[in-house]
Amino acid sequence: MTGLSPINTLEYDIELCTGCGMCSIVCPHGVFEQTDHTALAVNPDACIECGACQLNCPTGAIRVDSGVGCAAALIRAAVVGADKVSCDPEDSSCCSVSG
Amino acid sequence: MVTEHTSAAHGVRIATSNPSLANRWDHFLARWAVNRSGHRVEPGLYALGTPTADSPVFVTANYTLSFDALREALRGMDGYILVLDTKGINVWCAAGKGTFGTAELVRQIGATDLGGIVDHRVLILPQLGAAGVAAHHVKKRSGFKVEYGPVRAEDLPQYLKAGRATTEMRRVTFNLRERLVLIPVELVHALLPTFFAALVLFLLAGRLAALGATVSVLAGVVILPILLPWLPTTDFGSKGFILGSVAALPFALAALYNAVDLSPAMRAGWAATYLLAMPPVTAYLALNFTGSTPITSKSGVKREMKAYVPVMATLFALGALAIVVLLATPRLGVA
Repeated sequence: MTGLSPINTLEYDIELCTGCGMCSIVCPHGVFEQTDHTALAVNPDACIECGACQLNCPTGAIRVDSGVGCAAALIRAAVVGADKVSCDPEDSSCCSVSG
Repeated sequence: MVTEHTSAAHGVRIATSNPSLANRWDHFLARWAVNRSGHRVEPGLYALGTPTADSPVFVTANYTLSFDALREALRGMDGYILVLDTKGINVWCAAGKGTFGTAELVRQIGATDLGGIVDHRVLILPQLGAAGVAAHHVKKRSGFKVEYGPVRAEDLPQYLKAGRATTEMRRVTFNLRERLVLIPVELVHALLPTFFAALVLFLLAGRLAALGATVSVLAGVVILPILLPWLPTTDFGSKGFILGSVAALPFALAALYNAVDLSPAMRAGWAATYLLAMPPVTAYLALNFTGSTPITSKSGVKREMKAYVPVMATLFALGALAIVVLLATPRLGVA
């Protein structure tokens, strides 16, 4: 696996891609594009590390250190020493979007 | 608040596409951060219209804003809505936590006996739920095929008609309207600390200082979300510093030119204090806003924190120190 962008943790092994098209469907930022037989990482810098592509790739061709891009959550994790960063809806509006 | 839905046969609840006045009021309260985790719909299976065994099944979170956006988008259609127990959290955040996830989806399929109610084996999920759901695992464990619909529920009718989502429907946006609806929650959370900071500053240093504290906060929680794409840098920390500096400028000028009863040195001191203390407050709130957006990554936010938090802390400490020195100075008879 090789890193694709200097600004995030997205990795992709095109050799493992079976061309199912799931990554280009689930990515909300258009990082992947489906060609005839494989997916191409056409815009890796746009990755926000949500982890949807990795989770929905049936062959494990994609890897990303996913997590929330939320300063409040990262600060809280640092303070309480949590290993998994998560959001707290009582704390900020991060969990108030209706999506 | 749990929305009103009468029970029907087979434990399937009834849903309509017409949110009541009480639902609208619930949405308003949710937007203003009243009882944050209390805006819940009962998890389970809902019938919309008069669905048959061939009607489509839509999956959503048990947050009232998510559920109501879905049922309103499906106006005039017959179908089932499967509501997962996400503890009153929206689809995107719940997917990030894993509560809108493979395990809960498989559990609800079993608990509602969905396989006995519909003949087909297809579920339509919101695309943003994909961060918590592995479609191929759902298929293996339940027999149901997951199809990811559009990001926004409002695009569902067009998606269903075309049988596929356009590129536009697959992209998350963060336009002005989407940023504006977040402001009330940001405001509510900033309200109490800002009030006390302003009160203390008013008692110690006067009106201008109290106003300065308030403006630096409002710049971070109201102006920043509005101006976000137009502030001339890419990261949130620098956007906040720029905005905070612009907000501090009139205060520095007012301190320099209006406080005629103070010595020139004192006036320069107060001007410097506004320029030191206000920008880091706005920048800190800007950094906090990252969590409210669908456009930031964990790596990016970590990088920003490393770059800006030390600067913020230093500037703010210097500003606070300056206030203490300035307030102590006349009493020592130096001025």
